Amino acid sequence: MLDELRELYQEVILDHGRSPRNFRRLAEPARHAHGQNPMCGDTLDVYLKIGADGTIEDVAFEGKGCAISMASASLMTETLKGRQITEAERMFDAFHRLCTEESFDAATAGVDEDALERLQVLAGVRAFPVRVKCATLAWHTMKAAIEGGAAVTTE
Amino acid sequence: MLASTSRTAMNDEGRHSVSFDVHRVREDFPILKRRIRGRPLVYLDSAASAQKPKAVLDAMQVAQETIYANVHRGVHTLSQEATDAFEAAREKLRAFINAASADEIIFVRGATEGINLVAATYGRKFLSAGDEIILSELEHHSNIVPWQLLQAEKGIVIKVAPIDDDGNFLLPAFEELLSPRTRLVAVTHVSNALGTVTPVRAIIEAAHRAGAKVLLDGCQAVPHMAVDMQALDVDFYAFSGHKMYGPTGIGVLYGKKELLATMPPYQGGGEMISTVTFAKSTFKEPPHRFEAGTPAIVEAIGLGAAADYLTALGREAVRAHEQALLAYASQRLSALPGLQIVGRAAEKAAIVSFVMEGVHAHDIGTILDRAGIAVRAGHHCAQPLMERLGLAATARASFGLYNTMEDVDALADALKIVREIFA
Ligand SMILES: Cc1ncc(COP(=O)(O)O)c(C=O)c1O
Repeated sequence: MLDELRELYQEVILDHGRSPRNFRRLAEPARHAHGQNPMCGDTLDVYLKIGADGTIEDVAFEGKGCAISMASASLMTETLKGRQITEAERMFDAFHRLCTEESFDAATAGVDEDALERLQVLAGVRAFPVRVKCATLAWHTMKAAIEGGAAVTTE
Repeated sequence: MLASTSRTAMNDEGRHSVSFDVHRVREDFPILKRRIRGRPLVYLDSAASAQKPKAVLDAMQVAQETIYANVHRGVHTLSQEATDAFEAAREKLRAFINAASADEIIFVRGATEGINLVAATYGRKFLSAGDEIILSELEHHSNIVPWQLLQAEKGIVIKVAPIDDDGNFLLPAFEELLSPRTRLVAVTHVSNALGTVTPVRAIIEAAHRAGAKVLLDGCQAVPHMAVDMQALDVDFYAFSGHKMYGPTGIGVLYGKKELLATMPPYQGGGEMISTVTFAKSTFKEPPHRFEAGTPAIVEAIGLGAAADYLTALGREAVRAHEQALLAYASQRLSALPGLQIVGRAAEKAAIVSFVMEGVHAHDIGTILDRAGIAVRAGHHCAQPLMERLGLAATARASFGLYNTMEDVDALADALKIVREIFA
């Protein structure tokens, strides 16, 4: 029992959950979307500052939620800063697979493998299917912000 | 550890019943033998939905195997037997809540439908722009949203009776909200999120003095305590079968006969009409006027069996057992460092909501699940209440008649693991 739980609640996750990075709002004209998980009431706002060439110059978030959703949002902001939005969207897909597919192989995902490696700490949610939504909420919200959507829910 | 049987208790009739033997009672619930991830199930989510005793499961199966047919429409033997069983269930529910007449028992899908029925019939007919209704901060969404729909349609005014930080219903503040425009007071009897038992007698008396009707949401009351429609003098009372050890898809709306008689139908269809022509239809008397279409026949029979089951155990014996669980759980949990019980009302049903410093309720729920313990984590369909308390979510352990002191120990022990992981 404890092994699986320790796998889910790794030190990195607890650390990011406790002290999330880039936990702030970005002033206009940043892109923004609001995400929520109606089942548990978690809410998240993701902000992106995108340069003329499509580079994510800054990314931040604010919100309330469980350790998994906070850590995932925090790690996401660290991962995405400086990347192209097209790459961010590819990473969205890769991250989703990482959270759900037992046999997921980072090398075949077509995105920066090292970055994905850092997100590997969240793969523990695979053993906790109801918690996948917590891990992916920030990513869904980020995608909605890029696409210009205002709100997203994970149900 | 405390003994897991509560001592001799008085049953409803005031006679002494044998002591409530929880381990014997657990034998009645097949699902309690389940193991979750290799551990014995500790089911602490009865407020969301209670498990079913064999008596209920058997009653439903036997009905389907021996007397099943549609009700109120056949001349054949089976239809008559099914109708008799269905109406016998209505009588059981009447006795269960001591209504004056079985005609005051409307079978609905659950509390949600019961409340919507009152809003859509009584509300539409008798409430108009500027009329006021009073809810409380404790309400479940199902006793908020139907009134907001009516508000959008009719322009009624919704007032909200406050609670204090412990979750106590504030009677004086409620009384101040009553006005000559108050038509209806719709409040919960027991809070699903905090366990608060509201002072329903005083609420009803004050409302009636002001000329307002009262609807009680009894969802969380009926599993835990005896309720008496005539003694309460309440106008409407709604509850769900699945929270009182009965099946899903069935519940009861009680309404005073003279009120029901003035109300238009809820839905139109078969069963609820006297005559139909294309020019005009006439409707049956209550309760059938409000039961359009083929009802949940088997479920109603199952609910009747659930009422019998609770009555046979003794409502007071059940209450005493659960109060002992509540006291022990409150004591064990409040002794845990960093844990805070949310909802410390003077009178509570066996529901313990709590938060832990630095740990989100959702994470608590996941860790407890790995220990085989089922609790609910979230806003408990009471977002305005959570906002009032300044919380996003709580974890909630809700106890049923089959829970034991060992279950409480298992919960407390697993919460120590939560602490360790999040240390
Ligand atoms: C206090 C209260 N009211 C109403 C409801 C709604 O009951 P149901 O979903 O069975 O209609 C519930 C159950 O969730 C409840 O706890």
